Amino acid sequence: MTFVVKPRVRHPLLPVNELGLTRRDYEGSVSTLCAGCGHDSVSAAIVQACAELSLPPHKFAKVSGIGCSSKTPSYFLSHSHGFNSVHGRMPSVATGANLANRELYCIGVSGDGDSASIGIGQFAHIVRRRINMLYVVDNNGTYGLTKGQFSATNDKGSTSKKGVPNLYEPIDLVSMALQIGASFVARSFSGDKRQLVPLIQAGLMHKGFAFIDVISPCVAFNNHNGSTKSYDYVRDHSERLVSADFIAPGAEITVDYDSGALEDVAMPDGSTLRLRKLDEDYDPRDRIQALTQVQRSAEAGEVVTGLLYMDADAADCHDVLGTPSAPLNALDESVLCPGTEALEGVNAQLR
Amino acid sequence: MKATNIADPNYFHKVVDCQWACPAHTPVPDYIRLIAEERFTEAYMLNWDSNVFPGILGRTCDRPCEPACRRVRTEEKPVAICRLKRVAADHKGDIADFLPRVPKKKNGKRICLMGAGPASLAVARDLLPLGYEIDMFDRDPAGGGMMRSQIPAFRLPADVLEEEVDLILNMGVNAQFGYEITSMKEMLDMDYDAYFVGTGAPRGRDLELPGRQEVDDHISIGIDWLSSVAFGHTSSISGKVIVMGGGNTAMDCCRTSKRLGAERVTVVVRSAFDVMKASEWEKEDAMSEGIPIINNRPPKEFLHDNGKLTGIVFECVRPIPDGKGRYRYEPSGEPDVVMECDHVLMAIGQENHCPWVERDVGIEFDKWDCPILDEDTLQSSHPKIFFGGDSALGPENIIWASAHAHKAAISIHLMCQGKDILKDRPPEGVNLISQKMGVHQWSYDAEHDDAKRFLVPHANKRKALDNIKIEVELGFDARLGLKEAQRCLNCDVQTVFTESLCIECDACVDICPMDCITFTPNADEPELRTSLTAPAENDEQDIYVSEELPTGRIMAKDEDVCLHCGLCAERCPTHAWDMQKSVIHTPQLGSYAAG
Repeated sequence: MTFVVKPRVRHPLLPVNELGLTRRDYEGSVSTLCAGCGHDSVSAAIVQACAELSLPPHKFAKVSGIGCSSKTPSYFLSHSHGFNSVHGRMPSVATGANLANRELYCIGVSGDGDSASIGIGQFAHIVRRRINMLYVVDNNGTYGLTKGQFSATNDKGSTSKKGVPNLYEPIDLVSMALQIGASFVARSFSGDKRQLVPLIQAGLMHKGFAFIDVISPCVAFNNHNGSTKSYDYVRDHSERLVSADFIAPGAEITVDYDSGALEDVAMPDGSTLRLRKLDEDYDPRDRIQALTQVQRSAEAGEVVTGLLYMDADAADCHDVLGTPSAPLNALDESVLCPGTEALEGVNAQLR
Repeated sequence: MKATNIADPNYFHKVVDCQWACPAHTPVPDYIRLIAEERFTEAYMLNWDSNVFPGILGRTCDRPCEPACRRVRTEEKPVAICRLKRVAADHKGDIADFLPRVPKKKNGKRICLMGAGPASLAVARDLLPLGYEIDMFDRDPAGGGMMRSQIPAFRLPADVLEEEVDLILNMGVNAQFGYEITSMKEMLDMDYDAYFVGTGAPRGRDLELPGRQEVDDHISIGIDWLSSVAFGHTSSISGKVIVMGGGNTAMDCCRTSKRLGAERVTVVVRSAFDVMKASEWEKEDAMSEGIPIINNRPPKEFLHDNGKLTGIVFECVRPIPDGKGRYRYEPSGEPDVVMECDHVLMAIGQENHCPWVERDVGIEFDKWDCPILDEDTLQSSHPKIFFGGDSALGPENIIWASAHAHKAAISIHLMCQGKDILKDRPPEGVNLISQKMGVHQWSYDAEHDDAKRFLVPHANKRKALDNIKIEVELGFDARLGLKEAQRCLNCDVQTVFTESLCIECDACVDICPMDCITFTPNADEPELRTSLTAPAENDEQDIYVSEELPTGRIMAKDEDVCLHCGLCAERCPTHAWDMQKSVIHTPQLGSYAAG
């Protein structure tokens, strides 16, 4: 960590977005994480994504649990709503926030301990309930705050900093999310903002539960040779499946000569998500194929990254529950409390 | 792009914009840090070593460093570098122990310095500690040259001038004042081992217009008039005064007239306000003393009544921008104006002029009558004769005289040692010294201070206008000086990158407040400049490029607006970034820093 506060002065040519804000206006307070922590890069990617989307910071709810990852909402979007909750209980708070005000963009940041250990029950159920939010897991495979014990996502055979191997099978949150009904599932790497930023943008714009598992190396305890979540290992073993380019509404869609098959997906806000399949046979709309691919790659020691699965037409929790289109917190007393007559009507139905 | 060679002394020197812009390459951030530590004496000596006249320059320098200051690019106003120099001079303690020792036993070489201005004095300062015998000749009754004769006391008090001039004279200069040099041949006959001409640009330009001859009694050449004020021959001026010219001499003339009793003083300039040669602050000071500056008025004719000047006829023109930052002028269509006046001070430029140098002594002159010199050695076509200051390359500022003097002194020393004055010159050099003290400790104050530039307090205006000897600027006190010193960005503490240590975690990219750092595939410079995190549009500032990293990318850092805040190094988990102070070694004799 550093004690030196980032100066407020900025580059004179820094781009200004549609709201007249620069990227710097989406930052938070100074990070107290270790120097070189992948989580700081994830925060920077969120800052960049939100600034480029020209989203108003006060329209965000950022929620988190406990852990290094869960400290990070302090480090981005300082002008938004935030709730740092109990360990593993961020999904409950996110659910409440989203139910009360469906107009907020909800970002949950959690870690492998917070989501795959103490909070695994909450994680499973928020996926099931399809809360309209972006759920980011900063996944470093270690308990950094308590000095480097193996976490539940640490790969079997991967070693601790002292060389002791992990004896247990890892929990793969991506597979879980695919299985239980997430309508947007991606995996990325904190050291690859070119991939991560468009995924965050797409996840924010996606209607339904968007999950991004971000491999985010712990420089202090899990960035050594025996680790499968180090900068070097991930760079050497990542296999990009589907790249996503986020194209804002009305922006000119330029022809990309790069490679692979292109597919444009219309997003609810009018923007376009351009998918570039690096493996022609892979279909990011096929949940079963996604599950199989993730498992196969894991077996081969590869880390698949990119947009793994997306159902653009999925229903979210509000659709399922049939709530009104106006946010619940905006409903006034006459609507919420329609009077004795209405109550008697309801009671009559139950007799 | 090819990876940057940071071992090249010029690379990091250029990053220290102020030092790079300073003709004498004074290590500005270094002395500003000393001021912040209240080590005024050391700050003064660092200056003295490099520019020789810190107290004088802290009041009168043309400040080429300030427009170059990085803060102009990151915010707006530069650090008040010049006035901080004065803080060091005003608050210094006893410097005796810091001064170079002059050996009693001489080395047997005799050097003749012509003129006792800043250039000659600085040459004497550089050569004396090496045992040279120095003889100095000047026509004025005291040393200092134009610093004494042309800069009025309200800008440069006599005691400040004398302190720094006498310091050098007392190192053992054999000075002969009141000695009018009339012949170079005569000087050559004295058979010195080397000659240095530092006689300045003593001829003020005149203007031949109808009526000029008839009103001769009412016209003075600006620098001559200032000189006669400085030496006490002139103590008043009356009636309406017109100062013609737009340079610093014009500003000194008008402000001096105002103090010597002129009824009304007006500055009339043929060109536009923003292209006047006078420094911004000199113009501001003149105007704040109630002196109007009238622009775009070329003079046409002097009007007189039987030889008594009554006024000047001016044409009216208007400036048309030529697109290159200059103007051409065309008649504005307004009728000519007549401005009444009783006296004219002509401050329209000056020339280096050596009528006393016979044209057959072996010094070649160019078509503008300037001596032909080797720019690196300042040697004329006569091997024993060197030039420096205004007499070398035309009118410039004092700081140029110091810079020339260092060069010429090296040449003279090498020649007297029988060495090649070009090939044997000491090289430039750079040392890089890590500033890391602890996990989060740096030996410099890295934190960015966003204070605006502090204003220098001025003397009460009415009192100042009453007495030519009252200094207008009071200078920063120690407290304000400390505050202003905090604004310095420490551009000499460099961001040094070591490829082999980098794990490409992006921590530096994320934290950099100015978006200077990018990890990107390599490309040619023009393409790279457009593909960085923030566009690098300032081509005068370099891009620091690393060797290829394991991912096949390079690190590219735009030096343009880097705050040198050290956050990249602070956030780097592997010490691939380090903050290292670059010490630039500018070749110089008798260096205090080297000794």
